[in-house]
Amino acid sequence: MIGAVMRRPRSLQATAALFLSPMVLALAVVAVWPLARTIWFGFTDASLTAPADYTLVGLANYLEVYDGAWYGVLADPQWWQALRNTLVFAAASVTAETVLGVGMALVLNARFPGRGLVRAAVLVPWAIPTVVSAKMWAWMLHDQFGIINAGAMALGLIDRPMAWLASSDTAMLSVILVDVWKTTPFVALLTLAALQTVPRDCYEAARVDGIPPWRVFLHITLPLIRPALAVAVVFRLLDALRVFDVVYVMTGEAEATMTLSIHARQQLVQFQDMGYGSASATLLFLVIGLVTVAYLAVLRPDRAASGQRMAGHAGEAGG
Amino acid sequence: MTRYAARAGLAFAVALLLIWSLFPLYYAVLTSMESGSGVFQVRWWPDAVDLGNYRALFAGSNFGRSILNSIMVATLVVAASLLLGLTAAHALGRIRFRGRRLLLMAVLAVSMFPQVAVLSGMFTLIRGLGLYNSLWGLALAYLLFTLPFTVWVLTTFIRELPVEIEEAAIMDGAGPFTILIRIFLPLMWPAMATTGLIAFIIAWNEFLFALTFTLTDTMRTVPVAIALLTGASQYELPWGMIMAASVTVTLPLVALVLVFQRRLVAGLTAGAVKG
Repeated sequence: MIGAVMRRPRSLQATAALFLSPMVLALAVVAVWPLARTIWFGFTDASLTAPADYTLVGLANYLEVYDGAWYGVLADPQWWQALRNTLVFAAASVTAETVLGVGMALVLNARFPGRGLVRAAVLVPWAIPTVVSAKMWAWMLHDQFGIINAGAMALGLIDRPMAWLASSDTAMLSVILVDVWKTTPFVALLTLAALQTVPRDCYEAARVDGIPPWRVFLHITLPLIRPALAVAVVFRLLDALRVFDVVYVMTGEAEATMTLSIHARQQLVQFQDMGYGSASATLLFLVIGLVTVAYLAVLRPDRAASGQRMAGHAGEAGG
Repeated sequence: MTRYAARAGLAFAVALLLIWSLFPLYYAVLTSMESGSGVFQVRWWPDAVDLGNYRALFAGSNFGRSILNSIMVATLVVAASLLLGLTAAHALGRIRFRGRRLLLMAVLAVSMFPQVAVLSGMFTLIRGLGLYNSLWGLALAYLLFTLPFTVWVLTTFIRELPVEIEEAAIMDGAGPFTILIRIFLPLMWPAMATTGLIAFIIAWNEFLFALTFTLTDTMRTVPVAIALLTGASQYELPWGMIMAASVTVTLPLVALVLVFQRRLVAGLTAGAVKG
């Protein structure tokens, strides 16, 4: 393909190594080494105050029987609660984001005056720092002075103000709402990019044949945007499973909304228990790995790969 | 008749979309301009413009310092990511060598790491390097998110540049460094601007590392400063000031997004990574 590659293979290999080594070194330092250390700490009793001073404890941080009682992360009811919360959060927010994102993309794909501006406006929630969105929504959901309570009461939906973030039933709903608000634009953009690659004559033909719009969507549009949608779902799923900021800022370390990330950090930083916290963090890593593998297996990897390519090309077309 | 119905439906959907996307920011601006007890009365429209919250924010706390910190960290991260990302992308996009696909996959896998899973390892690393509670430590840690993403987007971009330009340069006797700096760099500016901007936003918005790896008020970045902002008494949150801080750190980003909207969309969808 490239003539020069054939002519000077050895020097090019050396160049590749030279050009790659700074990046590889940097990733080894900030990613591989810290991850390996975390996994290692999970088998120790290290504490945050004296991380160098530890002994190996084997699997005790994960599961251990002592005097007939079970100890360790896997015997910790709070960890199981955090796992449940995380899975509920991820499933609910990713589902809502996907459905709303496709809807948003369909609207943005229509022709109307000022479409460019509307597309930019839709990006605003994505650009707002998560901490800021969490604070904005916490203020809007405020039990006494919040505009959402005032609005809902004015419309007669509720008869007295609700403590959205304090009550365990609505707290989870609230953090999901904020996450959906913030990240739906991302799904919408990926979907929109894919929508723009759907050939127009497909729609023309469908219209001539008098096929109703919802059937066109189901049988033409949806199959064509599926690969791009799958990519969006994978990325969103990974993000949702490791969620920290929005939950931590809105509800702190409350049990009703505690996620796996919050559990791990609490053990690690709050309780200074580096061994136990690292074990919890390693389990999160495993959960995310498992979910990703399961999702990709369901999806078939070859499709995911073609989705990646498609999203890439569509991006150029959309821009 | 159905045409009108369709058009009305579209207009309704667009209006709904705009309100859904913009109302929280609008309401934050509204609250930030209320004074004293005015904050605690629900209003839908502004009645007076009072910048007292903004004045109090910059006079009474380290918020100005936090903004400066965030700018410095984000700039460092962008510079380092672009430098490392560009050279790596040149090799990954243009030179065929064994294990290239594997390396690309490994880089992608790093972007899937949960942040918490590297937290304790990163903590000991940063402390070991003497970078705890410093902006350098944060900038180093942020490479974890920005570098994989930069490498991916720039590699995708460099692959789509025509081979002929490079071949002509090789014919003229240009070496790899000359090709990168004289040929590719001028062509790469659009992609670099996009990835740089997204890397900047990621660094500007990051919370968990900034919360864990800094200790003192003067080293905080803006998200941490906002999350920890407290008023005169510990039990009374200064919502007016919190909203003023939120608006201050958000408006520059919103302006950037509006100006670079098309580029951002292209960059996000090309890399298909998290925002």
